Amino acid sequence: MITIAGAGVAGLACGYELAKRGEKVRIFDRAPGLAGNGCSWFAGGMLAPWCEGETAEPEVVRLGAGAINWWAQFTPVTRRGTLVVAPPRDQAELARFARRTERHRSVSGDEIGHLEGALSGRFSSGLFFEDEAHLDPRQALTDLVNAVKSLGVEILWDTQAPDRVDVDCRGMHAHLPGLRAVRGEMALIHAPDVHLTRTVRLLHPRVPVYVVPRGDGYYMLGATMVESDAPGPVTIRAMLELLGAAFALHPGFAEAQIVETGSGLRPAFDDNIPRVQWRGETLHVNGFYRHGFLIAPALARAAAAHLSPQRQEAS
Amino acid sequence: MLIYGTEISSRLLLGTAQYPSPKVLKDAISASHCDIITVSLRRESSAGSGAGFWDRLRDLNVQILPNTAGCHTAGEAITTAHMAREIFGTTWIKLEVIGHSDTLQPDVFGLVEAAQELTREGFQVFPYTTDDLVVGEKLIAAGCEVLMPWGAPIGSGQGLRNPDALRSMRAHFPELPLIVDAGIGRPSDAARAMELGCDAVLLNTAVAKAGDPAVMAQAMAQAVEAGRRGYLADPMPKRDMAVPSTPVFGIAELA
Repeated sequence: MITIAGAGVAGLACGYELAKRGEKVRIFDRAPGLAGNGCSWFAGGMLAPWCEGETAEPEVVRLGAGAINWWAQFTPVTRRGTLVVAPPRDQAELARFARRTERHRSVSGDEIGHLEGALSGRFSSGLFFEDEAHLDPRQALTDLVNAVKSLGVEILWDTQAPDRVDVDCRGMHAHLPGLRAVRGEMALIHAPDVHLTRTVRLLHPRVPVYVVPRGDGYYMLGATMVESDAPGPVTIRAMLELLGAAFALHPGFAEAQIVETGSGLRPAFDDNIPRVQWRGETLHVNGFYRHGFLIAPALARAAAAHLSPQRQEAS
Repeated sequence: MLIYGTEISSRLLLGTAQYPSPKVLKDAISASHCDIITVSLRRESSAGSGAGFWDRLRDLNVQILPNTAGCHTAGEAITTAHMAREIFGTTWIKLEVIGHSDTLQPDVFGLVEAAQELTREGFQVFPYTTDDLVVGEKLIAAGCEVLMPWGAPIGSGQGLRNPDALRSMRAHFPELPLIVDAGIGRPSDAARAMELGCDAVLLNTAVAKAGDPAVMAQAMAQAVEAGRRGYLADPMPKRDMAVPSTPVFGIAELA
């Protein structure tokens, strides 16, 4: 029996990979269920390794490359790429973004209108990352829970993990040395009058923002990056920035309803690269930073290889 | 360079915001050999668990100059300075009172007001100001022993928009430490500020947003050093006419 502390995206992905190798797995989480549980619940759900390469280390891009196919095994993944645009006076940001990233092509204003009719005539140029995708993190977590359960994994909600576990995936609650919190704030809005079909990133020197469609006119706006371990509700500044940027992307967002706001503390190491590391008899899988859904599959595979080296994945 | 009685060896000061990761920030600081880093209190905060960003900065073994970036009134800036003193145990404060949210240009009236109050409370104030001489005089009257005029708007990377004004400041305040703060985009901008006789350069975005921040930090440090040496070496005057650098005597003139 392999025990895992934490049923966020890291713990569940590890549970899945271990169970696929035929291990018996039990996962503990203090929360009563998925809803509102840690960073995973408030994630953007972008599977966008190439865009993330703008600021992330190449290692993160590499780890994220297989994420789309992994998630598509058990949850709907929208493979429509990412569109990156910038307001007219910030065109230099677009050029900079293009220089720092790979696997994109430049698109004209007409092409932008062809890709996303709602943005027709609004931007004169952009970048299209055709190979990227997005998912709905809450749906994906629910589907992942069902997938691990069908593999025989036991999930004990509302239960403190025992002092010694085999795998620790508790993010900031693992209290690892060198781990820091990077606060993120998001808003979920309902904008039935705006029709976007793929993730759109609006570049801005002060407030870069992304909009991820959740279907049925719902959109996730994210996300702030604040070097802070302060928990608690979103700040006015964060909402001004996110909502202002959304309005700059499309004025139709002005009529949107703010359905929910949320915040989370992303666990990150100094280089913002995740780690799978032994501390005593516990394997720690942590430091997912802003890349949880993107890198969880690769990290879970790495963790499973540590814990179940003799068994091959039964497929 | 002596500022508020403290000897500063590096004439490059670095801001700590917007780096891709704390690791990259650390690399940039060590590549630049800077002695002083500035830290914003408005944007980053710690709930005191000890895991925060500030603790990492404290561990870097460089002097921390907290700033009041993002404050729009004298009152806000003063409160932020009090917080900074608590958190970092220093009475140094880089005073920013922002007057305009688009250009982020200083509100010089609020700046002088806050400088007076903070000096009275025992702070050593590093005021982020424009290149206006009268404002500079009022800041000095308020007790400031250093001025930090802008080169261009914060984060714009435009370089020195008004080098003549910086030259005037140097002439007007010959003994006062002048640190060009904001607007530097490239190493040549930093070198130029130093050639004008400024004592140091403070920059952030130019390094943090470079493709390779550590290499850019080193380039900036070298540019600052080159500009300083160039200034001390007393450059030749500019001339309208060419002056041959090799002697013309003795060359046969074939008629």
